[in-house]
Order: sequence, then C-alpha cells, then structure tokens
Amino acid sequence: MKPHRRKKLGIILFIAAGLGTAIGLSLYALSNNIDLFFTPTQVAAGEVTPGQRIRVGGMVKEGSVSHSQEELEVSFIATDYNNDVHILYAGILPDLFREGQGIVAEGAMRVDGIFQASRVLAKHDENYMSVEVKAALDAAGQVPGMPQGAN
Amino acid sequence: MKNFKLYIPVAVFAVLAVFMWQGLFLDTRTLPSVLIDRPLPEFELRSLEMGDRLLTTADLPDEPFILNIWGSYCLPCLQENPIFMSAKERGIIPIIGLNYKDRDDAARNWLDINGNPFDLNIIDDNGRYGIDLGVYGAPETFLVDANGVIRFKHIGVINYRIWEDEIMPAIAAIRAGGNS
Amino acid sequence: MIPELGNFALILAFCLSVLLGFIPMIGAARNNVLWMSLARPLTVGVFVFLSISLFVLGYSFVADDFSVQFVASHSNTMLPIYYKITAVWGGHEGSFLFWTWMLGGWMLAVCIFSKAMPDEFVARVLAIMGLICVGYTLFMLATSNPFDRVLPFPPADGADLNAALQDFAFIIHPPSLYMGYVGFSVVFAFAIAALISGRLDAAWARWCRPWANAAWAILTLGLSLGSWWAYYELGWGGWWAWDPVENPPLITWLLGAAMIHSLAATEKRGVFKSWTVLLAIMAFASSLLGTFITRSGLLTSVHAFATDPTRGVYILGFLALIIGGSLILYAVRAPQLKSEFGFGSFSREVFLLANNLILVVASAAILLGTLYPMVYQAMSGGDLISVGPPFFNTIFVPLMGILVVLMAIGPISRWKRTSFAHLRAQLGKVAIAAVSLGVVIPVLLTMDVPFGTIGTAVLALWVIFSMASDIKTKIANKSSVVSGLRSLPVSYWGMTLAHFGFVMTMAGACLTSIYSIERSVLLQAGQSAELGRYTFRFEGTRYVEGPNFIADEATIVVSRGGEFYKNLYPQKRLYVASGTPTSQMGIDGRFLRDLFTTLGDQRENGAWSMTVYVKPFVRWIWIGTIFIAFGGILAVTDKRYRQFKVKQSEKVARDNPGTTLAGEIV
Repeated sequence: MKPHRRKKLGIILFIAAGLGTAIGLSLYALSNNIDLFFTPTQVAAGEVTPGQRIRVGGMVKEGSVSHSQEELEVSFIATDYNNDVHILYAGILPDLFREGQGIVAEGAMRVDGIFQASRVLAKHDENYMSVEVKAALDAAGQVPGMPQGAN
Repeated sequence: MKNFKLYIPVAVFAVLAVFMWQGLFLDTRTLPSVLIDRPLPEFELRSLEMGDRLLTTADLPDEPFILNIWGSYCLPCLQENPIFMSAKERGIIPIIGLNYKDRDDAARNWLDINGNPFDLNIIDDNGRYGIDLGVYGAPETFLVDANGVIRFKHIGVINYRIWEDEIMPAIAAIRAGGNS
Repeated sequence: MIPELGNFALILAFCLSVLLGFIPMIGAARNNVLWMSLARPLTVGVFVFLSISLFVLGYSFVADDFSVQFVASHSNTMLPIYYKITAVWGGHEGSFLFWTWMLGGWMLAVCIFSKAMPDEFVARVLAIMGLICVGYTLFMLATSNPFDRVLPFPPADGADLNAALQDFAFIIHPPSLYMGYVGFSVVFAFAIAALISGRLDAAWARWCRPWANAAWAILTLGLSLGSWWAYYELGWGGWWAWDPVENPPLITWLLGAAMIHSLAATEKRGVFKSWTVLLAIMAFASSLLGTFITRSGLLTSVHAFATDPTRGVYILGFLALIIGGSLILYAVRAPQLKSEFGFGSFSREVFLLANNLILVVASAAILLGTLYPMVYQAMSGGDLISVGPPFFNTIFVPLMGILVVLMAIGPISRWKRTSFAHLRAQLGKVAIAAVSLGVVIPVLLTMDVPFGTIGTAVLALWVIFSMASDIKTKIANKSSVVSGLRSLPVSYWGMTLAHFGFVMTMAGACLTSIYSIERSVLLQAGQSAELGRYTFRFEGTRYVEGPNFIADEATIVVSRGGEFYKNLYPQKRLYVASGTPTSQMGIDGRFLRDLFTTLGDQRENGAWSMTVYVKPFVRWIWIGTIFIAFGGILAVTDKRYRQFKVKQSEKVARDNPGTTLAGEIV
C-alpha cells in the first residue's frame, strides 16, 4: 500500500468511527427523549402509564377552568368531546389559552388519574385563519414559529 | 458506478425526500367531529333581523337547513358567499347564518355589499355559542335535519366542488332519511 | 391598477431569469462570448423588476389597499406605518417575494464584485442563480402570488399583522436571516459552476471565500436576532426552544461554519476539494429544506385556505430537482476534482477535518430530531410524538465541548505537519493555566464545587489563553507590540474574533442555563416576592393605550438588599383588530445578568399571576454572536481577496487552457 493510500484509509476509518459513535449516541438519546402524544380518549382507555412523560392535547372545556385564589394553581379539563382529562398546572398559562381553544399539555399522569402539567402550550385560531385543533395538537413548541412560518 | 461512495449523498437525500413527500399527505388534521348525530345545542341569542327579541332553537326551520358560521372579517366567507347566494336563488335549502365574533354594523354592511343568502342571522358576538358548537373559526358549515339534529359538518371554506360532492349528497341523504 | 403593475414586474422578472438561466450557460458551454456577456445585463434586469415588484407591494401596504388579499390579511388601518412596511415580510407570500428580492440582490452583488473572475465562470454562476430565481418566481406566480386580489368586494379593513410580529426585532430579524440564508445560494452556484467546468483550484477557493464568509456572518446575525426576539417577545424566559422552525437555520449555520473552514484548507493546501463542494451543496439544501418545512405547513400550523398541499409539493419538487440534480452532478464530476494529499496525521488539515466532522454530525443530529416526528408518524401509521429539548441538548452540548477543545489547537497547529513538541511548547502552559484558574475561580466565587461552571470556565480560558499565546508568539520578533499587532493579517483577526465570540456565546449559554432562577407567584397589589438577591414588589396595574392595542401595565418595584433598584413595567396587551392577547416583558438587561418579569392573568380577587426571572450572563449569548459576525465580515475585507485577483485568474486561465466545458463536451 502506498503511504498516501494508507493515510486515506486511516482518515476514512477515523470518519467512520466518529460517525458511528455519533449515530449510536443520537439514536440512544432519541429513544429516551421522545414524548408520546395521547388524546383524552386514549387516556381514558388506560393507555398511559402514570409517571411517564407524555403530551396530552384537546380542547379546553367550556366552564372548566378554575383558578385558585390563593395559589398559582389552575385546573381545567381538556376534552376531545368524547372523553375528558382533568389537568392541573402551577404556572403562567400562555397568552392564547382560552376556553374552547385547542391546547397541548406536557407532563405526567398521577396515580389518581389527574394530569399534572409541567408546561401548557396553546396554538390558536385568529379570526378567519382557523387553525384546526389538530394543528394545535401537533404544535411542537410554544413558539408560534419564526416569522416566515408564523401564519 | 466505480465511485459508489459518491452516490451516498444522493441516496440519503432520496430517502429524506420520500419521507417528506409522505409527510406532506399525512392527514394530521382529522379529529372526530363530535357533535354529529347530536341535537343542536340550545341557545338564546339576538339576531340581525329581529331587533332585541332573543331567539331559541324553536325559531329555526322545521325542515333540514344549513347553519353557516361567518364573519365580516372572514375572507374565505367572501369566497363561499356566491355559492350560498345561488343556493338561495334556486331555493335548495334554507340557510341560517351564525354571525360569529363580529360587530352588528360590520355584519349588516357586509351583507349589504356582498348580498345576503341567509334566511336568518343569529348573533354570537362573544363566541360563546360557537364554543358549544365546537367551532374552530369562521367559516364552518353544519347541516341540521328537521328534528334539529346535526348530521354533517364541514370545516373551512366551501367551494363549488365541495358543494357538489359533499354538501348536496348530504342534503339528499338527510331528506331521504327523513322520508323513510 | 398599481398592484397589477407589481404582478407584471414579477412576471417580467420571471421571464428575464429564464433567459438568464439558459443563455449565458449555453454561451459558456459553446464559448460564445456574446451570450456569456448577456449574464450581467440580464441580472440587473431581474433585480430591477423584482425591486419594482417589492416596492409596489410595500406601496399597497402603506396605501391600505385591502383589495390585495395579502394586505387585507396582514395589515390594518390602525397599524403604525413602520409595521405596515415590515408587514411585507409578515406572511408567506410577501416574505417569499422579499426572499426572492434578496436573491436578486446577491446576484447583483456577484455582478459588481466579480470583475476579476473569468467571464465564463461569472456567466455560469449567474446562470445557476438565475435558475434558482426561476424556481422562486414561478413558485410565487403559481401558488402564492402576493398580488392576488379580493375583488369585486374588498373588505373595509384588514385583519391586522400577527401581534407577536409587531416588534422592533421583527423589523430587522427576517431581512438579516433571509439575507444570510439566500447568500448560501451564491456559494452553491460557485460550487456547481466548479463541478460543471471541472475546475476547482486555489483561485476558485479564493473567489468563493468572501461570499461564504459574508453569507455566514449575516446568517449569524439573523439567527441571533431571532433568538433575541423569542427571548423578549415570547416571554417564557428561554432564548432557544429547539422548535422545528428554529432548527433549519441552525443546521445551515453549522454546515456553513464547516464549509468556511474546509474552504480555508482548500485555498491554502488544495485539499478536501470535493468535500468542500459537497458542503456547499448541503448548506444550500438545508436552506431550501428550512423553506420547505416552514412554508409547506408540514410542521407548523395550517390555516383554512392553505390546506391543499400544492405549495409543499412545489417546493419539494424544486428541492428534488435542484438538490437531487446537483448531488448527481457531484457524484459524476467529483472524481475529477483531484485533491492534494500531502499532510501528516497530526496537522492543521486533520484538525480542520475533525472540526468539520463535529459540525456535520451536530447538524445531522438536529435534522434527525427535527424530522423524526414526521418519520415516526409515517412509519407507525399516525402516532404522534415530539422530540423534546433534552434530546438536542444531550447531543449538542458534548459536541460543542469537543469543538471548543479543538478550537485552541487548530489555529496553533501548522499546515502539513505539526510536531507534538510544537503543540506542547505552545499549549502546555495554556492548559495548566486554564485548568487551574478555571477550577480555582469558580470555587472561590461560589464556595462550592460547581462542575458545570468549572467545565465552562476551563474550556473558555483554554481557548482565550491559547489565542493570547498564539498572538504573543506571532509578534515575538516585531519591534513593538503595536507594530506587531498591526502586522497580523486582517483575516487572522477575523478568525480570532469569531472564535472569541463563539466561546463567549457558548459560555453565556452554559452559565445562564446553570444559574437562571425563576419563580411564578400570585400577588395582590402591595405584596412582594423574593428571588435570589432581589425583592420584586407588585404595585398594581394601570390601563394604557397604544396605537392599535390596549394593555394592563404592572409596576414592579425591584429592590436589592432593602434598597430601591429599579422599576419594571411588564404589560398584558390586547391587539384590538385581531383580538390577540400578548405579553410584553419588563426587562432590565445588564452585562452580567438580566431581570425579566412577565405578567400572567388576573384572578377574581384581584391578584395577578406573574413570573419573575433572574438570568445571569444571558446577554453574552447575543454579544458573542456580534463578535462572530464581525469576525466573519472582517475576514471578507482581507486585502488578499482584492490584490492579485486579476493576475491570479489570468494565470489560472493560462495554466489550464483546456478546462472549459466546451473542451470536454465537444
């Protein structure tokens, strides 16, 4: 083997090893960090293990939002009009949170069947720009998109 | 294909493109419409036509009718208006408007300019009734049968194709069901 | 009539770009001087008509012409005039016109600053950019024309600009982001022109480098402004959310960073030629991918009249044509790009290669995380998942750590071969100083053993000391320090500044995520909350009115150690026309820390919920990016890109007389 061929081989092996490690690590990290998405019906059917980090999406049920007067805690019901999930959240609700709007809550089911949210995300319809609820459910983040995707 | 490794980028890109192609057509927007086959929720609301008198479900037609959610701010509503106008002229089916989150004067002005296909316009200025109906935003169109039960729902703008392919057959089905 | 004028100009721009895409390209292939010489006038024409088009759209906004659908959905009579103008890029159609106009601007810049390059090469570059422009203008005319009318019954008033976009950062963020993004198409065109002509030499790399640096530096600013906007406008206390819309520009940025380093090696040593070309293609592909993701509705919200996937199909088709085509061209032609191979296993080339590997792996991992929900949904038959920030952090943070370690070694090592003794002499003391100070200072300051902070400090000092040591060695035999510093080339300063900025950004990001504290509370007027060394007393709210919004404005009195420090005024706004509520933060920004307050909602008993944050070092993130961008721009001004250009290109043309495409095809 000519010296420069050997060097080339060495570099290719170096790259392959680096890429292999990186891909392995990424897949491992990915398997630990995906949040499954559930609808209230799936929750009611008992598909969720308590304590597992998940996302639940639905419409905020009319009249179900109740704010505690002494503490930050807010409780509301997310519904897909077939089943309801009772959600507790201690934090500031997003600006676009309203009754009758689609929301996505991140958190875990408690053993008593109440969903303890660590984050609540809202996407929202603006007049004629009717965002369908599933778009809200799909919303991957609370950021309403960078400007070019904002509407 | 001597330098086969040079084709790896194309191959990776092709796989990605296939997934993106699929992703484009994945239906991410189906949510079972929930009020289908349930009675129209009760209401007590003003109308554009009847002054201060509050209307209830009793004031609605005793035959199948269309309930259309609209607003003067809503650009797609402008697109569906001619369809409803021609349906009205041909006397196909009564059309009730639900003027959603709008101002009365703006709504009247809009109807004056664009034509009024509605037999009656119920006012839902704060959007409360829209919540009972599970409205995501204007425009939406419901088909309600003679017993006041919701039979069909379309989210978003109606064009001639949707009118011919979905709305008309649904009306026919309701009428057929009502006769049997 | 005026909007039709804009539409007409757009159609003319389309026609001219079709001509630009073909005539000079064929001219270059047939060595037809006249056809090649049409490239420049055609480019000017495309730019002029795109400008008319953009100007007309701007005019329609200012004149409140709500018969134009795009204006009706993104403006309102009450909107202040400066937002009326910036609303041009506040929605899909207008921002795409703006984007295309930016492409026209870059094309014009290539026209002007390419006097030194051979005509045949310029003709090819402009023709390729012309073809890209054909795709963009056709996309607009076919699927998203900003001049579409709502006739015969225009609405009386518009629906208003999205409230979150009514903000100063929004005036400057999209232009800089687009300008950087689109700038990568210049480098792409250079790369494709090199593949077609089969000629890729030091001169090519030298022509290419200023464009790559400029595009990348501007993209840096665009990204940074986006992050800053998200930080103070969206009010969740963070500055980067790993959102699917944020990620594509970061992927482009990382690939661009890899490319400018690989280009350096190509210019100086003639190595990594085909790799550089591949990076140029990938960086451009990632910018198109970003366009696809944000504009097809694939990963963002869908609104009523955009449910048909036509736009997505079109962009995907364009992507397949341009990127698929250029990758095949690459596979066919890359074997002709002969790279030199004379470097040792311990040399600057190898460190640059490692840098490239890390950056490419990082961007691939981000791409994976961004697209994985879509792939998962396709594979599992509709199950929805999301990939959370922890995934991105697990991958990104260690990779950037390794990158920073190499960042000190790379610039000090020598081309071709570096002896271990040389590195030890240069870096031995640096390592000792960085480790000892990096451990001692945090421990003394916190009286604790904060591992994250120690890691950050050691890495940051490692790079900074190595820079100081390198500069000291370089000027050691100059008569004075000042003359020594002056003698260093501008591009060296550019690199050093950019590296320094990168370290500052990384240090800011690490420290702020370690030391940020926040507290959400429910307060009655007169009550207060403690956070860190600060006391936040809520004094109640008052009603305020803006040009197109009404708001509740809270007064929060901040005191430190019992002494008054400052008042903060967060607002809860309601934009009247659209009925959108937004939060306006109350922020006190300092070099070493930010105080950040955001107002929640009012409870029936009059109490307000609010969140207060203390965020140390968060400004470093954005200040660092200014250094990066400035370093990139500084490198562009290096005089070796201006001197000898003509000579060099003449020499190259003389040395390689047979390398025209004509010679190969005919």
